Amino acid sequence: MDAKKGTWVRIHNIVLKSEERSPHLPEDTRKVPLEMWVKGFLLNDEANIGDMVEVETYIGRREKGKLVEVNPYYTHSFGKCVPELLYIGRQLRGIISKEGDR
Amino acid sequence: MSKDMSFEAVMGRRSEIMKKAIGIDYDAFESDGIVFDYEKMMRETGYSLQEIERIQKETGVGNTPLLELKNLTELARKYAPEGKGARIFIKDEAANPSGSFKDRRAATACYHAQRLGYKGVVAATSGNYGAAVASQAAMRGLKCIIVQECYDSRGVGQPEIIEKARKCEALGAEVVQLTVGPELFYTFLKILEETGYFNASLYTPFGIAGVETLGYELSMQFREREGKDPDAVVITNAGGGNLTGTARGLIKAGASHTQIVGASVDLSGLHMASDTQFNKKSFTTGHTGFGVPFATWPDRSDVPRSAARPLRYMDRYLLINQGSVFYMTEALAQVQGIERGPAGNTSLAVAFSLAQELDEDKIVVAQETEYTGAGKHIQPQLSFAKENGIKVEIGDPEDEVPGKNIVLPKDPSYIKAKDTDINKMRKSYIKNCIKHSNAKKVTDKDIKFLAEETKTNEQFVKEELKELNIIY
Repeated sequence: MDAKKGTWVRIHNIVLKSEERSPHLPEDTRKVPLEMWVKGFLLNDEANIGDMVEVETYIGRREKGKLVEVNPYYTHSFGKCVPELLYIGRQLRGIISKEGDR
Repeated sequence: MSKDMSFEAVMGRRSEIMKKAIGIDYDAFESDGIVFDYEKMMRETGYSLQEIERIQKETGVGNTPLLELKNLTELARKYAPEGKGARIFIKDEAANPSGSFKDRRAATACYHAQRLGYKGVVAATSGNYGAAVASQAAMRGLKCIIVQECYDSRGVGQPEIIEKARKCEALGAEVVQLTVGPELFYTFLKILEETGYFNASLYTPFGIAGVETLGYELSMQFREREGKDPDAVVITNAGGGNLTGTARGLIKAGASHTQIVGASVDLSGLHMASDTQFNKKSFTTGHTGFGVPFATWPDRSDVPRSAARPLRYMDRYLLINQGSVFYMTEALAQVQGIERGPAGNTSLAVAFSLAQELDEDKIVVAQETEYTGAGKHIQPQLSFAKENGIKVEIGDPEDEVPGKNIVLPKDPSYIKAKDTDINKMRKSYIKNCIKHSNAKKVTDKDIKFLAEETKTNEQFVKEELKELNIIY
């Protein structure tokens, strides 16, 4: 069992299958479904990843979908080193100090 | 019996759902033909400037610092012709509670929702507006749902948008995340119908009126500090609300000689609804993918009549490449000691270039900044670009091709904003009005309206109508 009632989880579902999508879309977008992710507290007594479940969102709305993550968390960061940026500060300080004589 | 929730059925109930969720009867401002009464709409459904100042003060919005960027001015003068190089200022909108000017729009929307007795607010946005609505809703005890276009079909999301989702959740909101596509509107309508919450649209009269205080403050702060209004205000343009509201505020202050300059990141060639191109852009807003279509047809938004109508106010529309905005973001941090988010620096990059055209005693102001943090920062955004096959190069921004590479200017002399043909956009707007109204013949009232909408004159409108074979 991956989660029990009340566990904070993330669910996924398909809003529109590719054949149900708007005709006014670029080809690549029309080929894929419209997908949705929502987080909430699990309402089922217990569930495993991949099960169809129901959740209560943080503000109290109910939503159904496939359980994809238990205790979901963010992993975005300050990225990797981008060496291409390193010249900017030195270049600017060089230009300004030459002019301003400070 | 349960309602039909199919795509067609929900979209068919669109105007009924919207009316309940905004509480404005837009029909009251319509008449036959192309014309609608914009000023009446703003007057009767918005709030006065004084009321908005009071509303925003209640939740700590506005009165943000005005900062002179002396080192960047000095730098601009190095590349400007003799006697040129206007003083560059910035309005530090990141000082608002949720970290951007969007708090001004959210403040009035949430106040209005509370006053009308709604229990919660919903907004469709992948931008800073989500955090702004979540923040204002938290202060006013309203529930909040933010609907985001967030991922491509691989489930990969822009770090900038992921960060905004995190921030909304941190402020107690529910975030509904979707893959790419304009059918986001279907999910948005379903949620509005299900919850009965208020549509905190970016494009309502109260949302736009909320930005008027920004323009008004600019004028007052400059008069107090420099004894005059700014000569040019540079405003990042996407949906047109920032520009419209700021310009209206300046006009209300009596700053009639201030030039209104729109600024966008040039993303021409990228399709905004494309799944595969979604993560090939390194700016999620403030770019031409929104700026141009919303200026030339504002009523494409999530309300029947958008209160954001940038062509009514815009004097010039300048474009800048992605690499120059990233460079200026680094410059602001490195020589001015102010670290802010890249998207908010679009107007600053343009102001840096524009300052070199203006005399030394003139004043140019970039009217916003935004918060920065994990995801919303040059480093993760450029790392992400590289992971998605975008080359990051140092060279001449002229060589940048959106979706292929990002070119950081070799040195500041390469930062050059480019004018768009604003008359072409004005003509395109007139053409869209004719197309959407199916008009074969237009009245004098229509012509007057079109002249106001495009900041031109009747002669200009008539010439374009002649081109379109429309009788007047």
